[in-house]
Amino acid sequence: MKLAVEQWSASYGPEAKPRKGFFTDTSICIGCKACEVACKEWNHVPADPHGFSGKSYDNSLALGADRWRHVAFIEQRVPADLEEGASLVQAASRAGAIDGGVATHQEGDGVRWLMASDVCKHCTDAACLEVCPTGSLFRTEFDTVVVQEDICNGCGYCVSACPFGVIDRREDDGRAWKCTLCYDRLKDDRTPACAQACPTQSIQFGDLAELRDRAQARVHKLRDAGQDKARLYLSEDDNGVGGAGAFFLLLDEPEVYGLPPDPVDTTRDLGSIWGATAAGALALGAGIALAVFGGRR
Amino acid sequence: MSPNNAGPGVATATEPPREPASYHGQPILKAPVWSKEVPNYLFVGGLAGASATLAYTAELSGAEELSRRAWLTASAGIMACPPLLIIDLGRPERFLNMLRMFKVTSPMSMGSWILSVSGATTALAGFNVVSGRLAVPALVARPVGGVFGLLLATYTAALFADTAVPAWHEARHELPFVFGAGAALSAAGAVSAATPARQAAPARRLAVGAAVAELASTAIMERRLGFQAGAYGHGRARALKWMSRACVAAGPGLLATAGVRSRAAAVAGGALACAGALATRWSVFEAGRASVADPRYVVEPQRARMAARAEHRHQSSRSASV
Repeated sequence: MKLAVEQWSASYGPEAKPRKGFFTDTSICIGCKACEVACKEWNHVPADPHGFSGKSYDNSLALGADRWRHVAFIEQRVPADLEEGASLVQAASRAGAIDGGVATHQEGDGVRWLMASDVCKHCTDAACLEVCPTGSLFRTEFDTVVVQEDICNGCGYCVSACPFGVIDRREDDGRAWKCTLCYDRLKDDRTPACAQACPTQSIQFGDLAELRDRAQARVHKLRDAGQDKARLYLSEDDNGVGGAGAFFLLLDEPEVYGLPPDPVDTTRDLGSIWGATAAGALALGAGIALAVFGGRR
Repeated sequence: MSPNNAGPGVATATEPPREPASYHGQPILKAPVWSKEVPNYLFVGGLAGASATLAYTAELSGAEELSRRAWLTASAGIMACPPLLIIDLGRPERFLNMLRMFKVTSPMSMGSWILSVSGATTALAGFNVVSGRLAVPALVARPVGGVFGLLLATYTAALFADTAVPAWHEARHELPFVFGAGAALSAAGAVSAATPARQAAPARRLAVGAAVAELASTAIMERRLGFQAGAYGHGRARALKWMSRACVAAGPGLLATAGVRSRAAAVAGGALACAGALATRWSVFEAGRASVADPRYVVEPQRARMAARAEHRHQSSRSASV
């Protein structure tokens, strides 16, 4: 049994728009954090001063109520020139890739930098939206997922439902906040602030269908150039969240970037959850009846 | 299919076995923002719900005094529920927004309606017991309160299970039985303590049965949890679990022995039974928090799932080529 909230953009009738999204190509992220800053400025996201984390160049550490874009920094030790077991042909092709400008290796010192700008995934099957008891979370005509702050009463259910740990409650304010994919800018036919500010086009905004094509071409190019760990994350519909409006090109396993390798929308199991609950309620009733009537002779 | 759908597998024969990878050891999921009010509500709501069912069932069986005491217990418990839930909101003044929708995909929405119906009917039945007024509405309220009590006592399992929190979601088949047993245990304990010993025999029987059910259902849950059992087996969750087991065994034991004659023993046994049920809820709550604090509880089961799927694909492609 599938229980789902059918609130797709089609329900907007003539106002429906093509699905919008982000393709974040982390292979060309330079870690400048312009996206973090632009997002904060445009959306009036409060400052969230952290101390020095000691975790590479990342002091904000994760997405949250006050960080709707987050740039991850990963330092990996790799053999300086030749990867272990690589043939001379492979080494030559790798050198060619570096010259071609598609690698993020910092040459010579044996450290590989991975940088990636994370954001709300705007899932097709969005657990946050499904569990929201007030209807504060809704799907827009662009098929994005947005919190209506005048309705949210801060129950916190979305926080525990999100399989990516994106949405969170703001301490002093009490409501849940996350990326809106710049809903206000989309309504004016403008690019979201983070994508607009990105100097390398690591964050690409557009119609989801077109972004997916672009991403396929890019990942093939990287693989041909020797980046054999390059892969797309959430770029298709057949995963646990039914596809995502924001998807990524990664150069390593998702968990290296703090992303779950196989995220699932918890409400996919709602049928069995309610079924087990009904069985538990019946068992409780039977137990009480047995205790009350069972002692009479 | 996995999210890594760009092509061939990532691990190569020359790669060493994988260390569990994470981003600087940071959690992947957000810690639940629910605070102490929520496990306490799980307990009080369960106590009130099961007491209401016990009260109506006792009424059907003709045990009038037991029924009266159980309605009063249920009413007292249910009045504590809305404040606990409202305090836990980030915006308590907006609590009425809970009733903006009727949403089956949100156990919290369903729970708000269940608590509304259960609270109104149970409070009405309790008022009728105390004052003798509103007798006609109470005729309707008592059966409705009795049935909705069952839902109130168990829907909280769906509330916890319908999250990304690994130790809660993976326990989705067992949690309703754990919470139902705990609800029966606490209701039986409270009603045994509130009723003269001579009239409380059904409640004592319920306490003993519920204790057995609680110990069995938590044991089955842990056995079937697999990897997530670790979240229940360490730290605060583990300490609370053992505390719970001691109380669950001792309370109903006392009720069934000395509690048959001595009211003081019944009060002590009832309090222990309630403490056991409360500790179980807290243990589940803490296990959930532990399972989001450590990214391994998120990543490793997902990796195992992906490996099983890859194995399945591999086998089916092999059998197809034969």
